[in-house]
Amino acid sequence: MKRRAMFTTASLLAAGVVFSGVAAAQATIKIGVLHSLSGTMAISETTLKDTVLMMIDAQNKKGGVLGKKLEAVVVDPASNWPLFAEKASQLLEKDKVSVVFGCWTSVSRKSVLPVFEKDNGLLFYPVQYEGEESSKNVIYTGAAPNQQAIPAVDYLMKEVGVKRWVLEGTDYVYPRTTNKILEAYLLAKGVKPADISINYTPFGNSDWQTRVAAIKKFGSAGKKTAVVSTINGDANVPFYKELGNQKISAEDIPVVAFSVGEEELSGLDAKPLVGQLAAWNYFESINTPANKAFIDQWHTFIKNPKRTTNDPMEATYIGFNLWVKAVTKAGTTDPAKVIDTLPGIETPNLTGGTAKVLPNHHITKPVYIGEVKADGQFNVVWKSAGEVAGDAWSDYLPGSKNIEADWVTLKCGNYNTVTKVCSGQNFK
Amino acid sequence: MRRFSMGGQWPLVLLLAVASVTRIYAQSPKDAAFLSVLGELREASYSDKASIAERLSQTGHSSVRVVLTALLEDRLYYRNSDQKVFVVKTADADPLALIDPLSLKAAGSAPADGMTKIGTNNSLRHTLKMTVAHFSLGSADAAVRLDAVHEMSLSLDEETVALLRKRLAVETNSGVRKEISIALALSTLDGSDSRARLQAVATLSDSVSQDVRNRLALLLDKSPDGTFVESDAKVRQAAAAAVESIDRWRTFYSDIQTLFFGLSLGSVLVLIAIGLAITFGVMGVINMAHGELMMLGAYTTYVVQTAMPEHIGISILVAIPAAFAVSGLMGVLMERTIIRYLYGRPLETLLATFGVSLLLQQLVRSIFTALNRSVITPDWMSGELKLNDALSITYNRLYIVIFTLIVFSAIVAVFKRTRLGLDIRAVSQNRAMAKAMGIRTEWVDAMTFGLGAGIAGVAGVALSQLTNVGPDLGQSYIIDSFMVVVFGGVGNLWGSLIGGMSMGVTNKLLEPWIGAVLAKIFVLVALILFIQVRPRGLFPPRGRAAEDK
Repeated sequence: MKRRAMFTTASLLAAGVVFSGVAAAQATIKIGVLHSLSGTMAISETTLKDTVLMMIDAQNKKGGVLGKKLEAVVVDPASNWPLFAEKASQLLEKDKVSVVFGCWTSVSRKSVLPVFEKDNGLLFYPVQYEGEESSKNVIYTGAAPNQQAIPAVDYLMKEVGVKRWVLEGTDYVYPRTTNKILEAYLLAKGVKPADISINYTPFGNSDWQTRVAAIKKFGSAGKKTAVVSTINGDANVPFYKELGNQKISAEDIPVVAFSVGEEELSGLDAKPLVGQLAAWNYFESINTPANKAFIDQWHTFIKNPKRTTNDPMEATYIGFNLWVKAVTKAGTTDPAKVIDTLPGIETPNLTGGTAKVLPNHHITKPVYIGEVKADGQFNVVWKSAGEVAGDAWSDYLPGSKNIEADWVTLKCGNYNTVTKVCSGQNFK
Repeated sequence: MRRFSMGGQWPLVLLLAVASVTRIYAQSPKDAAFLSVLGELREASYSDKASIAERLSQTGHSSVRVVLTALLEDRLYYRNSDQKVFVVKTADADPLALIDPLSLKAAGSAPADGMTKIGTNNSLRHTLKMTVAHFSLGSADAAVRLDAVHEMSLSLDEETVALLRKRLAVETNSGVRKEISIALALSTLDGSDSRARLQAVATLSDSVSQDVRNRLALLLDKSPDGTFVESDAKVRQAAAAAVESIDRWRTFYSDIQTLFFGLSLGSVLVLIAIGLAITFGVMGVINMAHGELMMLGAYTTYVVQTAMPEHIGISILVAIPAAFAVSGLMGVLMERTIIRYLYGRPLETLLATFGVSLLLQQLVRSIFTALNRSVITPDWMSGELKLNDALSITYNRLYIVIFTLIVFSAIVAVFKRTRLGLDIRAVSQNRAMAKAMGIRTEWVDAMTFGLGAGIAGVAGVALSQLTNVGPDLGQSYIIDSFMVVVFGGVGNLWGSLIGGMSMGVTNKLLEPWIGAVLAKIFVLVALILFIQVRPRGLFPPRGRAAEDK
């Protein structure tokens, strides 16, 4: 019995070796994964690397794409922005990957942008960002400000009756741009400048006493006040702890956050956060068959039934499926042809809707507002009517109001509808 | 909110006891009405739930308070099989212990997946709090009553005023009495009797609450037609004076608060620097892994909490010696295996300890993953000590200030009063002479480094209550701790105390004016300039020992 088992194992092993030999001999389609696996961003990005690997694994079990197996090329840009550009050119020039899934922070995206444009590669970017960009070589599967920040503010204004606003952010490009858009939006909606307070704190700020006391004071003027938080990851825990300690509850001054999701909540004691709001395009708690299957698949793949799923994971899932569909439709993995095929491609998202690639290289996404529950999950309290089309250039900033991105008819990421000039990709 | 919910459960227990004695047997028409309204909660939207809750309280049923409190605390469920609504003892338990909403008696238990929670959102909780506040006025706990009065004073109508009047007549607690009289005075401001209004303004001028100030300021406003909202000039005058006095007091208290913020930031700086003041200050070792020793302390807290989930309250106290031991042993290990070969070679020490810091970070990543770990704040450390309406001090900061002072005194005592301290001082002043006197200098080196590392671990326990517990924890504090030690004067513990405190206070005094980012930059620039003028810091070492260094 024992001997036979050993024999079986050995033959299986042998078969495995032969099989992998055959597979290696066959041409594979290479997929680049450009997420930090070390450094400060590893905490968020490692999950997305695993998501891409899971999707590749599942696709290969279905027979791959165009009859070929997919092969992941994983590199580690180590949360180091210049290294992102270096690794991106390695992926595109040396490994000749057909597509890259990667980046989290805006600065990493900005640093790889010239590389992708020079080598005419294709990048799927899965994280909500500040907008004001549309590259020919990037598909933005995360939310633009009009798919997250603006609906969240609308919700607070209309459903909660907020009259006074604190825009609290970490001092870098995403909060600054988002807050600029939100401030313009609020002013356009008739909010008085005296009712808006904008503040920035350094990265990883851990002493929130003064800020929270100031928020408390700002919120005690007799008008309903809310905080719109673009505070970056690590600074959130001490911020919410301080809110809890100074007895500011979500009923008095709600805080709506754009970068606190299930994964972040799993690393902290969620009790002081109960009732605080987050705006995303996906929540793990949304009950659809697709989402349930995705969560099960994730738990099986990562071998840990306690791991959460989150919004950027869904964006990665959508991006991957969009790419597979576009490649299948185009009949080739040549990035240039796939880029031309992508606009108009549709794929179901995990919350029962459809994600469609728009001519501006953004996608349609539903918007959800959730309240934090004690178990670190979200209770959806508001949902947009249908999907919202991502807008690359904000309509509320004076500089970008007239700018349009259209890679189908205009073939331009930055077209000024007044002067009728396409001024290249970077808005000047 | 926390205090509120804790208080809410005691009356529930009381009521349960009462209910089990009285025993409501038959289902009266009142019960039927109550049940049918209660049933509507199952499918309703959040906005409808608010009006259903309102109707529920109008039924006047004896269970209203318990049911609404349960709804507020996420403890109201319905059974999927028969759609029957139940109150449960503790939310999110499995199985759930059911309580019948009518009789308030235990009604067995049910598996959690057979029950659906009736959810709430912020605005519904807000309404519920208000409704429950009406019932809470009769609570036995003065703190609950105080919260209830405060809640009610935010939306005063005839009914609440009548309730408050009734309560004032029997209220014995002076704090609650004061809060009620303020609420009543606020309601009087709407009345037509100008003498009563004047009286009310006088009552309110003693308060330092922002809500009261806002209400009084409204009296000074003009209506759109140009007339004053408050017709009586005398009342207006009194109100203006009251607003001014409240503002003055609030500014005064907010200055005190800023000072406390500064001291608490300062004590965190001192706490993270004391260990370094020993290893860098006394021994002259540039230990770049100091931050990681703090991180080990923070992770020790996490491990201790995971090991004793039932006793979170005392886990922090257990974690302090544990973290001291873990980080201290790591320090001794570092000293024996690496640093002792590098004495007198600062550059190599710096590089070697930097390498150790990377090793420790990766070690933690491998064991605990790169994700942050959640360290729970015990109840006794959360919340704030409310001194009055304008001044509150958060407990966690208060304890950390006290803790820093204790740790500091303990270290000073070790240095001044113990044999080890004497040896350390002797070795640091003149190694050769100390050796000649029979002191085992190598042993003293190891112990000193271990002591410094252990204190870093203890600082880590405190940091676990303030910030993220992750592999990068140490890096965000290492610069600050070196700054404090250099500013205070290398080799001087008191220098670190004064240095850290003054840096904290300066930072917090500047923050409201120029923002957190600029305040940090300003402190750094000021420090660089200071070091230019006095390179040896605030309290430079003096005497012969100083010349040798």
